[in-house]
Amino acid sequence: MSILTVSGSPHVHGQQDVRSIMYGVVIAMIPAILVSIYFFGLDSVRVIFISIVSCLFFEWLIQKYLLKGPITITDGSALVTGVLLAFNVPSNLPSLIIIIGSLVSIAIAKMSFGGLGKNPFNPALIGRVFLLISFPVQMTTWPSPSPMFSSEIVDAVSGPTTLGMLKEGLMEGKTVGEIIATSGFPGYFNDLTGAQGGSLGEVSALALLLGAIYMFLRKIITWHIPVAYLGSAFLFSAILWLIDPESYLDPVISMLAGGMILGVFFMATDMVTSPMSAKGQILFGIGAGLLTITIRNWGAYPEGVSFAILIMNACTPLINKGFKPKRFGSVPVQTTIKAAKKG
Amino acid sequence: MKTFKLGGVHPKENKITADKPITNLPLPAKVSIPLSQSLGAPSKPLVDKGAIVKTGQLIAKGESFISSNIHSSVSGKVVKIDEITDASGYRKPAVIIEVEGDEWMETIDRSLEIKTEITLSREQIIEKIKDLGVVGLGGATFPTHVKLMVPSDKNAEFLIINGVECEPFLTSDHRLMLEKAEEIIIGIRILMIALNVNKAFIGIENNKPDAIAHLTGLTDKYENISVVALKVKYPQGGEKQLIKAITGREVPSGKLPIETGCIVNNVGTAYAVYEAVQKSKPLFERVVTVTGKSLSDPGNFLVRIGSPVDYLVEHAGGLPSDTGKVISGGPMMGKALTSLEVPIVKGTSGIVIVPEKKSHRVNIHNCIRCTRCITVCPIGLQPVLLAQLTAAEKYEEAEKAYIMDCMECGSCQYTCPSGRPLLDYMRLGKGKVGNIIRNRIKN
Repeated sequence: MSILTVSGSPHVHGQQDVRSIMYGVVIAMIPAILVSIYFFGLDSVRVIFISIVSCLFFEWLIQKYLLKGPITITDGSALVTGVLLAFNVPSNLPSLIIIIGSLVSIAIAKMSFGGLGKNPFNPALIGRVFLLISFPVQMTTWPSPSPMFSSEIVDAVSGPTTLGMLKEGLMEGKTVGEIIATSGFPGYFNDLTGAQGGSLGEVSALALLLGAIYMFLRKIITWHIPVAYLGSAFLFSAILWLIDPESYLDPVISMLAGGMILGVFFMATDMVTSPMSAKGQILFGIGAGLLTITIRNWGAYPEGVSFAILIMNACTPLINKGFKPKRFGSVPVQTTIKAAKKG
Repeated sequence: MKTFKLGGVHPKENKITADKPITNLPLPAKVSIPLSQSLGAPSKPLVDKGAIVKTGQLIAKGESFISSNIHSSVSGKVVKIDEITDASGYRKPAVIIEVEGDEWMETIDRSLEIKTEITLSREQIIEKIKDLGVVGLGGATFPTHVKLMVPSDKNAEFLIINGVECEPFLTSDHRLMLEKAEEIIIGIRILMIALNVNKAFIGIENNKPDAIAHLTGLTDKYENISVVALKVKYPQGGEKQLIKAITGREVPSGKLPIETGCIVNNVGTAYAVYEAVQKSKPLFERVVTVTGKSLSDPGNFLVRIGSPVDYLVEHAGGLPSDTGKVISGGPMMGKALTSLEVPIVKGTSGIVIVPEKKSHRVNIHNCIRCTRCITVCPIGLQPVLLAQLTAAEKYEEAEKAYIMDCMECGSCQYTCPSGRPLLDYMRLGKGKVGNIIRNRIKN
């Protein structure tokens, strides 16, 4: 011993750091990655690879040559954005479009606000919505799932998605019952397993739920946003379905279809862009749930998860102002004495 | 199992000395007894250079309302009264005594017999506790006699004995509960008389099942003393958290525990009260855990106040060569020492040796707004916001966000995945806001 380190308490630190949280999210996405490779093959690998590499590259480029500050691309946050962006696009998306999406996600949605932790909107969602508006055809042309090792050659260009078929059918004047009966409608089982068209990471609810359980166990996410989001979306679509089952999808398949599970567990729970108090998070979840179902049913797009989350991201600072955590000793002492006597 | 509701963390317990019995440390050659060992004003020295003192002799008197008497922990000669470095790194006056033999004051009952019968009245008990320099041994060192003088408009209902020891590594209270349980219970009965309360609880976390069982067995015959097993959670040893965990009552923001009718004392204090009242023994020694994974012989030692830290470390196997930090107290709230010559004082519960590779803080990242600091805050504050307000020098806003309620438990900084120095900011902010409040009162 020659020199003693002197620093203020505490002198120990918990197990989690930024890196372990970010890589934890990546680990939670592995089941969905595997399912996407199973159904969409090497195209899926290509999209994920290009998205990750370009996200990391743009962050490095900006930090090195524009900000001239420390390089923090190994903290895992750009990696998460890369995988999430890939999850939100079809597997047959041209490589150049993916690179543009990555640039928007990292340069505009993240680094221009000051990088990790400072961005008001989820970067991957900004990238996705930018691409959706700029390249509507490429972004909504879903390849059909063609499971590995299956001898069946699928040459259909466009795979059906639950919500896409629904929107189209309703516009043609069909009832929900007729649409569900149409051949090729994915249905519960395919929504769970992933044998359907769709963005490459959102197709299998089961794989995503597996990852969500992992994040719960690792305490990376809490129950507040997912429960409030799913709960309000379920209730809202249940009410609509009970009123008019001919025009509205039943609530269970509404939860499994489209980007719901991906959005609820992997994007709405983004710490940076969601409220800080438990009550605020619940409000955030409820708002996102109601907005999602509203956009799905009455909006121009068949899917509303991305927009709903982004709108609630914008409300987050306001929610933070309105909801403070419950403070110890903020109630009169007599109240707690009485409560303790009762209990 | 009971615990407090709001916030809290569970650091790795590392109670490696839990089964090491308390051993008497031989006397050091020299002790430095600081004149400021309790909360409140420093004590006034009563001895001069060259004075010959006995073990247990009063050497400094607490003169203001909140201050305490200090006694010599050894017999020998006062070589000087000089400034020494204390645990917080400041220079503070101390009486330095060269040890000669170990001649105790005749007034002290040194027999091994446990004196069960309590003969003194309420006033006599408080007077004795005051005279013999008993202070809270849990760490805050609030003079015990002041705590026992309940304001006339308040009513003490429960005595709560803190045997939680929620800090990682520390085991001095645990060992005391195992080895001196009978004396502790007598101390509790004395405190109950002094406070005029009919009910006492002993709160112990359930990582000490042996202490819970032992004390439960011994308190069986006292209907009005109950042992409460608590779920392990830091900072349960905090007064407000312990009261909440045991009684469900919540001390209001900015108020003292007596508002809830509760008075909290540490088990070590209960033992010191026993020794003072029943044996007329001043508080001049205490149990200190000397621990750390790199130490070859960690243990729990009965140490005379004023013994230097390095003397303790020598008896615990010597300072490992890879040591990078030495903590006085536990790793969550303890102070990192600037020097090993710092003396043990009444409030020193442990010495933790930390190897070089574990003595540095983690790197700082941007805040990712994960809200973990808010979730773990046992007071329900928003540490991230308070740190931002302090950094921006917005002290009035920090005051409105209740920065003064922070108890500096460190749970926020412990848990922050971005390694942000939240508690550093909170301390700075509390200092600034405290100044603003004092100036406001003055004007």
